[in-house]
Amino acid sequence: MILKRKNWAWPVALLALVAFPLVFQNPAVTSIAVFTLIFMAAATSWNLFSGYSGYIALGDGVFFGTGAYAMALVSTHLNMQGGYAMFALVPLGGILAMLVAVPVGLICLRVRRHTFVVITIAIFFVFQLAAINFGFTGGTAGIQIPSPSWSASFYNLPFYYVGLALVIVSTLLSAGIRRSRFGLQLLAIRDDEDRALGLGTKVAAVKLTGFVISAFTIGMAGGLYAYFLGQIYPQFAFDPLFDISIALMAFLGGLGTLLGPLLGALILESLQQWLTLQFSSGSLYLVFYGVLFLAVILLMPQGIVTFFGDVWTKRNRGVEEKKLGGVTVEEVVGTRRA
Amino acid sequence: MNGTALTHAVIDGILTGAVYALMATGLTLIFGVMNIINIAQGIFVILGAYLSYALSVHLGIDLFVGLLITIPTLFIVGICVERAFIGRLKGPEKTAMSILVTYAISLIIEGTLNLVFGVNYVQLHSWYVSKSFKVFGIYLPYIYVFGFIMAVVLLGALYVMLYRTRFGASVRASLADHTAAALVGIDVRRVSTICFGIGVAVTAAGGMVYGATNAFNASTSYDLISRLLTIVVLGGLGSLGGALVAGIVMVTLEDVVSVAWSPVWSTMVFFVVLVVVLSVRPQGLFGKQSARVA
Repeated sequence: MILKRKNWAWPVALLALVAFPLVFQNPAVTSIAVFTLIFMAAATSWNLFSGYSGYIALGDGVFFGTGAYAMALVSTHLNMQGGYAMFALVPLGGILAMLVAVPVGLICLRVRRHTFVVITIAIFFVFQLAAINFGFTGGTAGIQIPSPSWSASFYNLPFYYVGLALVIVSTLLSAGIRRSRFGLQLLAIRDDEDRALGLGTKVAAVKLTGFVISAFTIGMAGGLYAYFLGQIYPQFAFDPLFDISIALMAFLGGLGTLLGPLLGALILESLQQWLTLQFSSGSLYLVFYGVLFLAVILLMPQGIVTFFGDVWTKRNRGVEEKKLGGVTVEEVVGTRRA
Repeated sequence: MNGTALTHAVIDGILTGAVYALMATGLTLIFGVMNIINIAQGIFVILGAYLSYALSVHLGIDLFVGLLITIPTLFIVGICVERAFIGRLKGPEKTAMSILVTYAISLIIEGTLNLVFGVNYVQLHSWYVSKSFKVFGIYLPYIYVFGFIMAVVLLGALYVMLYRTRFGASVRASLADHTAAALVGIDVRRVSTICFGIGVAVTAAGGMVYGATNAFNASTSYDLISRLLTIVVLGGLGSLGGALVAGIVMVTLEDVVSVAWSPVWSTMVFFVVLVVVLSVRPQGLFGKQSARVA
């Protein structure tokens, strides 16, 4: 409800994001921004299945890695030169990720919630081990991706705007699904799957479709990530930390909300990148990140958006009720109890 | 591939499998009673291994004697973690939240262990780690046998506790149905805390054997937790017997594949088996059908 009241906030946020790299031109800053946008797109995309349906997937690194390897393998096999043309491989990564998501989804979605979490983790490791062991992926040595010969000050800009495009695509997808009948079916599955089935929702088909759609932007994010880094290794393309990070971002912002994953990724990824720069010791950073992470989950278990949404509603209700005669609901209930 | 190597792999697998089964039992007990997936189980194993390491290197305490200190220590750590963080989780997303909370705990412990012990791989040493004896024409380090005996003894103790004591009855009641257990006067909250403590405490024993048979550092925990989760889900979440059988079967299978085919693929077989089994039996080998209800 907070979003409807402030519809002007979306264009303003978009303008701010478009203007950001023009204002802050330091490559260190824009580089953090590119990573942040990639994660904003991925977390939003993760949320449009896991957040809406309540099926927490912790193996979406499979799609991210598929996108990354699509970028790396196609560009090196075609002997492509680094440049704008390579961005065309980003959607290809998304489509391949969707193709991978079909069999993966058919297997994973046979089981209910708790087991689903674990089987996605298992499938993730199958893919990671495959990337390490199969010859064509270059194994642990990784693959070098052609990089564009842009000047240092300009280099991050194209990546930034492609990243922003991914964020827009995933947000529109998520918003569209949220408002559609299909989105309602996903939400119904989250609330009570057996009853949804009883009421005639084709739960298996709905779940699989949601799962496959969410793979699309995550795959594209993986492709962009690989191109931006310039080289990939199985451990980075298929990274267990990625799986848990995007879930955490969505939880932090507010699971199943539109704004939540965007906000969560914006805060967490930029903070994470900044912390990495600040703490030379990776271990200290782990402790700090863990403590912060724990504090957020325990203090705001329903996520930032819902938390402040509640505060906002309470304040507004207080204002309206004061106008009506200065008695709040709490006071009435309190009097009755007394 | 020859017969001796295969026998070796099978014996190896059964002996180490029992230790994995012990660690997995802790995980499945926690899930069954509390509906919590404890991602930190992997790092608790490593914590147990590092505690044994510190005791043996700095104080010269024997690894098995050291368990008298490390098991109670981890039991208390488990109780504190449950009281401070896990017990606070409520609501429909409790299980998903538990994954995140225990993951955060695992990050904190991982970072702390790195700071205290460094990131270099270490391994526990003792005479029974380096000495071996000959049986069926293969050489077997004593630690495998000692670890197996320890795991069997502890699993036996756990069995007696669960099936022969009043407390065990309340644990099983909580496993079966929370609300009903609470209605007949069982303090489910207290049972949960103690079960979490026990689930974590067994990792001290498992961790010691793991640390004696493998070189480890804090990041080894990722490999461990993915295996333990696979075992637990394969056996059926919340099924104690399932964890035992799946632990031994999976580790043996992994060792056999590693000898018969290649060590490169053995880890993958581990996960592929899980995927295949779950495609046929979504509730795991010994899982209850009711576990399907979300």
